[in-house]
Amino acid sequence: MFRIVVAVKQVPDMERVKFDTVAGRVDRSSAPAVVNPVDLHALEMALRIRDEHGGEVVVISMGPQQADSALKECLARGADRVVLLADKAFAGADTWATSYTLASAVKKLGGCDLFICGEKTVDGDTGQVGPETAEWLGFPHVNYVREIVSIDGQLKALCDMSDGMYLAQVTLPALLTVTRKAHRPRYATPQRIFAAVDATIEKWGTTELADLATSDNFGLRGSPTRLTKVVVPPVEGRKGERLGGSADEVVAALVERLETGGIL
Amino acid sequence: MSETRGVMIFAEQTGGAVHPVANELLGKGREIADALGVELSAVLCGSCMEQDAQELIYRGADTVYLFDDEALATFDIMNYRANIVALVEEVKPDIFLLGATPIGRSLGPRLAAALGTGLTADCTSLEVDDEGHLVQIRPAFSGNILAHIKTVTRPQMATVRYKIMQALPRDPGRQGTIVRPNLIIDEPLAKLSKVPTDLEKQLGVSEAEIVVCGGRGLKKPEDVAMLSDMADALGGVVGCSKPLVDLGWMDKEHLVGFSGNTVRPRVYFAVGVSGSSQHLIGMRTSEKIVAINSDPTADIFEVADYAITGDLYEIVPKLTAAIRESRERDETADFICS
Repeated sequence: MFRIVVAVKQVPDMERVKFDTVAGRVDRSSAPAVVNPVDLHALEMALRIRDEHGGEVVVISMGPQQADSALKECLARGADRVVLLADKAFAGADTWATSYTLASAVKKLGGCDLFICGEKTVDGDTGQVGPETAEWLGFPHVNYVREIVSIDGQLKALCDMSDGMYLAQVTLPALLTVTRKAHRPRYATPQRIFAAVDATIEKWGTTELADLATSDNFGLRGSPTRLTKVVVPPVEGRKGERLGGSADEVVAALVERLETGGIL
Repeated sequence: MSETRGVMIFAEQTGGAVHPVANELLGKGREIADALGVELSAVLCGSCMEQDAQELIYRGADTVYLFDDEALATFDIMNYRANIVALVEEVKPDIFLLGATPIGRSLGPRLAAALGTGLTADCTSLEVDDEGHLVQIRPAFSGNILAHIKTVTRPQMATVRYKIMQALPRDPGRQGTIVRPNLIIDEPLAKLSKVPTDLEKQLGVSEAEIVVCGGRGLKKPEDVAMLSDMADALGGVVGCSKPLVDLGWMDKEHLVGFSGNTVRPRVYFAVGVSGSSQHLIGMRTSEKIVAINSDPTADIFEVADYAITGDLYEIVPKLTAAIRESRERDETADFICS
């Protein structure tokens, strides 16, 4: 069966979260936790492929026990199966250890044909977990996918690079990261919401992954990068000149300064 | 870590043109390499790039590792990865830097996972501490904090934002070596080919010398045209702050700020932009900043060189006309002199 794995992350709602400038961290209690927005576009892409070509969509997420609500949302939106990777040993992971854990979970599932995730998360904001997971799995990957063109032995997709749009032709199994330009996520149906609320979420920890992974690679212990310091940057102001008067006067004053500065 | 074995940077190219972030990486890389007393090298993958490799030497590289093959002309993730992993395993640099561009962000994580080392995304500053470790500094949580990160494995890898580091002036007297390592070329597993679009000829906001940026002060989507007109008059490019992308009035390519582009133009016009910390982080290093806002207490004025409190709907059309007039005066003057 064609298996598509989607990875999602539960994140604080960054539009609403408050920031503790003294402690140098977000106050997670100040805003609700949500599914990382672009991850829902990844899920939607997976669901569309499944609806057209058959197969199953398995959503995995690494996070604390409470992250099961993010997976329930994915069930409600149409995922066939969800697995939460929750273990104290996974805590404090950087992108290297996170991608290692996600790839280990894919192996535990028995592999997959396609792995889809969002281009990045709004809290970590690195965009590294996707390509790193692809490397662990030995899959080729394509970043910034906005649309699948066809799947026929190989997959064709349109992706955005800095100098324009590219057609990617990738051999399966493969990993894709998607942008928010990809399909708008579907809504959950009431029936699926009711079913998801009562669903028991499958949870895996180090015990379940023991045969497939080295526990030294999990969490903070496995992370090659370490946060050593957090600095709240001061706002460096400029000695700005206020241009006053009527609209004509300020325009004249500004144009004169731009001319003097060699800009005009 | 008794011996340090050099700093290596990835010089990316598209369509045979080396991305200017490569020169910036060389500028910063030179500074770090000199501080550590080690060599600075660059990796370049492409087709017929000998002259470009020489240019990288003029910009600060001691050695350029050139993977030159038709198969590498367009970014090919798996073949780039195979060649660079083999090179890094042989040369064993202590530090490896890439641009935080779509190509760098795609390649960097794969290299890091393959090499069993850490990678810090999107650094805005790099320092060397007393023990010679690389301190990788990046904004986190919408730019509210700067995280200082160190890597316990080697090489210490980071992607670096475009337009943050300073390139060195081109020095055609600089000497260096171009090395052509053995090539590994396999059938591409992920092949990219460019799709022609209307957008491709347009200059990106991050490369522009002049940026006219609109924000929430605009009242309706059609008003973006007013800013485009001003940008045209100046020979610049239109940018925007996040609310306009969220409203769907402008594409993300134009976004300036934490979740979009970092810009450092000669002049930045912030028109109806309030100046959230997320926005400021993307434009505060512009050479000159002109802010037009109806709210005299707007945060954008804190970073502005010229602050204008007023109605943008009144000022922008007058300013555009005055700019055109000034440019025409220039052309007439040129004509008379010649």
